[in-house]
Amino acid sequence: MYNFTFHRPTTVRQAAGLLARNPDGKLLAGGHSLLPVMKQRLASPSAIVDLSLVEGMTGVELKGRSVVIGAMTRHADVANSQVLKDVMPGLAAVPGSIGDPQVRNRGTIGGSIANNDPNADYPAACLGLGATIITNKRRIAADDFFTGMFSTALEEGEIIVKVAFPVAKKAAYEKFKHPASGFALVGVFVSKRGPDIRVAVTGAGSNGVFRVKSFEEALKKRFSPKSIEGMTIPASGMNSDIHASPEYRAHLVAVLARRALAKANA
Amino acid sequence: MSATGIGAPVRRKEDFRFITGQGQYTDDVTRPGETRAVFVRSPHAHAKIKSIDVSAARKMPGVIDVLTGAQLATDKIGNLICGWMIHSKDGSPMKMAAHPALAATKVNCVGDAVAVVIAETIAQGKDAAEKVKVDYEVLPAVVDPAKAQAKGAPQIHPDIENNTIYQWHLGEKKDVDAAFAAAKHVTKLDIVNNRLVPNAMEPRAALADYDAGTDNLTLWNTSQNPHVARLVISAFIGMAPEHKLRVIAPDVGGGFGSKIFIYPEEVVCLWASRKVKRPVKWTSDRSEAFLTDAHGRDHVTHAEMALDANGKILALRAKTIANLGAYMSTFSSSVPTYLYATLLSGQYNIPSIYCEVDAVYTNTAPVDAYRGAGRPEATFVVERLVEVAARQMGIDPADLRRRNFITAFPHQTPVIMAYDAGDYNASLKKAMEIADVKGFAKRKREAARRGKLRGLGYSTYIEACGIAPSQAVGSLGAGVGLWESAEVRVNPTGSVEVLTGSHAHGQGHETTFAQLVSERLGIPFENVSIVHGDTDKVQFGMGTYGSRSGAVGMSAIVKALDKIEIKAKKVAAFMLEAAEGDIEFKDGKFTVAGTDKSAAFGDVALNAYIAHKFTGAELEPGLKETSFYDPTNFTFPAGCHICELDVDIETGRVDIVNWTAVDDFGTIINPMIVEGQVHGGIAQGVGQALMEGAFYDAAGQLVTGSMMDYTMPRAHDLPSFHVGLTETKAPSNPLGMKGCGEAGAIASPAAVINAITDAIGTEHIAMPATANAVWAALQKSQAPKAA
Ligand SMILES: Cc1cc2nc3c(=O)[nH]c(=O)nc-3n(C[C@H](O)[C@H](O)[C@H](O)COP(=O)(O)OP(=O)(O)OC[C@H]3O[C@@H](n4cnc5c(N)ncnc54)[C@H](O)[C@@H]3O)c2cc1C
Repeated sequence: MYNFTFHRPTTVRQAAGLLARNPDGKLLAGGHSLLPVMKQRLASPSAIVDLSLVEGMTGVELKGRSVVIGAMTRHADVANSQVLKDVMPGLAAVPGSIGDPQVRNRGTIGGSIANNDPNADYPAACLGLGATIITNKRRIAADDFFTGMFSTALEEGEIIVKVAFPVAKKAAYEKFKHPASGFALVGVFVSKRGPDIRVAVTGAGSNGVFRVKSFEEALKKRFSPKSIEGMTIPASGMNSDIHASPEYRAHLVAVLARRALAKANA
Repeated sequence: MSATGIGAPVRRKEDFRFITGQGQYTDDVTRPGETRAVFVRSPHAHAKIKSIDVSAARKMPGVIDVLTGAQLATDKIGNLICGWMIHSKDGSPMKMAAHPALAATKVNCVGDAVAVVIAETIAQGKDAAEKVKVDYEVLPAVVDPAKAQAKGAPQIHPDIENNTIYQWHLGEKKDVDAAFAAAKHVTKLDIVNNRLVPNAMEPRAALADYDAGTDNLTLWNTSQNPHVARLVISAFIGMAPEHKLRVIAPDVGGGFGSKIFIYPEEVVCLWASRKVKRPVKWTSDRSEAFLTDAHGRDHVTHAEMALDANGKILALRAKTIANLGAYMSTFSSSVPTYLYATLLSGQYNIPSIYCEVDAVYTNTAPVDAYRGAGRPEATFVVERLVEVAARQMGIDPADLRRRNFITAFPHQTPVIMAYDAGDYNASLKKAMEIADVKGFAKRKREAARRGKLRGLGYSTYIEACGIAPSQAVGSLGAGVGLWESAEVRVNPTGSVEVLTGSHAHGQGHETTFAQLVSERLGIPFENVSIVHGDTDKVQFGMGTYGSRSGAVGMSAIVKALDKIEIKAKKVAAFMLEAAEGDIEFKDGKFTVAGTDKSAAFGDVALNAYIAHKFTGAELEPGLKETSFYDPTNFTFPAGCHICELDVDIETGRVDIVNWTAVDDFGTIINPMIVEGQVHGGIAQGVGQALMEGAFYDAAGQLVTGSMMDYTMPRAHDLPSFHVGLTETKAPSNPLGMKGCGEAGAIASPAAVINAITDAIGTEHIAMPATANAVWAALQKSQAPKAA
């Protein structure tokens, strides 16, 4: 790790100001993605702006027809939130599947989404529910937010403050763990909210999280595994590495989508 | 059996300090004025070093010195060596390339160290290391052992053609060929034994401290055998004479073989400490560990088994290419030869066996012994062949094994080993009962209703442990004898210290060795302490590997205890005014036969030291004895493991649902510790079968260079094991022990692969059988498929 200056603002405004004054500074949330790359000397921010003392950035609340989660809310707190478990257990299962207890007790939803690791779980939930990412500057629809591997619509110095998830009657996540890292080798989030049907996939695509429109279309008739029975997605555009071939990833997308649908209907 | 004697499941003494964070590992040791070593490592798998410029690095803050391979050569620091001579078929000696601790002219694998920065802090050392400018001319690399010998493959070391270290063989080819020609059935398999990264919990570390006042060097390091380290570093590297070098291996957090070897970093730390006249410490980080710890396995094998119409095995032949990596590590040459081919008879009566082994260099990390070392590779070959042969011939796999089991002992195999005791039918029978093989068909039908393919796989393994009779290994090329030493010191108050040449790095010697002493001397277990791992305290020792600490290390203690008893009886005779021949010793008490006169062990110990009852002319004061024990044979632990698993038809995911292990380890000192060893071994074997695999890309970059890509088995990947025991005593050592440290890792890979192939109906599947691999195999098999 290289040297850096360390800042601990208490308001979002202060944090934004610090970022403006330190153009190659970085926000620190749970540190579980940022610190490993700093330790390996792959990242060398001159300043760290720690969000842990910023007020109003944690908690899970039901607001109207949405569940609003503060960006600094730890994975464990989201997974264990009674509010969330009551209205949408399918979403609570997403942070519940992340890493191990240490990771869940440090990692945050804001950090996960800002990082947009192609194998991360939250991006599937955001896209799969049509969430809105609320920053210190604007509201960004999930469909516009994830712009490719490790890249998002966030601008320089923009801070995620909250994420609002519309409550869907049916929602479920099915994850096939990466054997080594425990991230999603493939993860599929499905939801149905009135006529809005979404199938979002993480881990599989070479361009990050994506929606499977063909499945969504087929599910309009009936939101059931039967409706996509026998359907597949092309292997082109899937990731390929030593852990899984593109064909296998494409196959898993269909399997996990069916399983998620069964779970959502259960 | 007493509560703490032989056979008692005593809780481990050492665990209190380990689980409360009070262990003293090498990195915990600090010396005044300590500096840190940071290595500059090659990012290329194969390259010429055109120049190294350290001038900018030297000017960095906190830098004390920057050293290179050129200076190492100037200071006449010797190369690292491989200490086991193997001769090729044509009689020529193995071709050992130079292995300098810092590469000066050429790098041969990613992670090869080319320079070292000695700095006040690690951070300063890392900053400076980035400023070392190395000009490389990158060369093409070869990483696949099967390709290393090919025409046109890059030559790694000068004068070593086809990258071939030796072309060795064992057995009678003529006999084997004749048996194959006459055979009714031949089974053939191509097998890759996947390369593994050991990943001990504690990474390697070294702390060297040069004392200019005495000209003595002290090295703390993570070693499984500190005396061997001292011997090699003195005699071959020429760092310092043995009496001027002290090696201390304090608490060591796991080794699995990877900490047997002498590595460049400890040599460099010693050398640097003398140069900068300050202590120098290096602790590997996990990334360095992946790149530079000696890896395990990495064999490519074609194997064939010949059988008659009744399923009697007639012969076995195998051709193996063993990848030894960029350099020959300390014992690397012995692993794919005498620790491998000698076990190809398995538990079976096989009249003739022939094995050829080519060892090759590649641009990868060195490969050496890893838990089981050669024997897992042999077991995998034999147990896969037997299983496939049974299926091809329509014979029940357990039955085919039974038809071929060796039942009369001693049994001389055609590949050197003379098995001295065992009962293979007993372990198979017991394992089949525990695993409820009878109920398998019903369970399989039930699993099918849940979309799962259930499979069952056996592995009836054997290993040669208790390594090893010095004369035998000497005749096979070993550079050292493999005896063990012990010293038993009885204190005046009757407590005991045992100094042993064995080294504990997770095995629990402080407990089991104390149990032996408690039992033999009839003294409380708490009154015994075990001292090991320091060349200044223990006179000499060969260390711990090859499941040798019980069979060899404890046998040395038994011999020393025998001498203690003889001497103590003499002291007791003086005390009790009786003839020495009338003294009996039992349960910690000396008695005079036929009288009620007695003396407790503690009183005898005190009298031995105060020596008031006898004169030095009659008997020397004191109660301390030493012994060196050299075994007369290897020991042969054996047993049967049965793996039952489910394959998810849709995803190829494998879930192990039942694991049965019935092992014959001979005498058991502590069943709880033995069970723990079995559990850990199975976990490692399952890791190899389903998850682990070091993967280099064509350029020689280690793709699986971190825990994010290298899959280690986790607790939730494994079921609760059903562990059972059978017992035949090892006749070659006084306790009848065979050793249990490696069995699990040796037995389990074949059991897993036999079970998967049983489930999905294919002949073979390569390790690691990941979900993707199993799914891909399912697409080609006859088994029911997912929609
Ligand atoms: C061992 C391990 C296992 C893991 N397993 C999983 C897994 O199974 N699934 C999974 O999804 N993830 C997994 N993770 C990742 C984990 O969830 C991370 O915590 C998460 O990806 C990043 O969140 P963080 O709070 O730690 O962010 P940090 O590491 O602190 O930050 C990550 C990035 O986001 C930026 N950032 C942080 N907060 C904000 C904000 N409010 N606004 C704008 N930018 C911000 C930071 O500047 C940084 O660039 C794992 C991590 C580890 C170490």
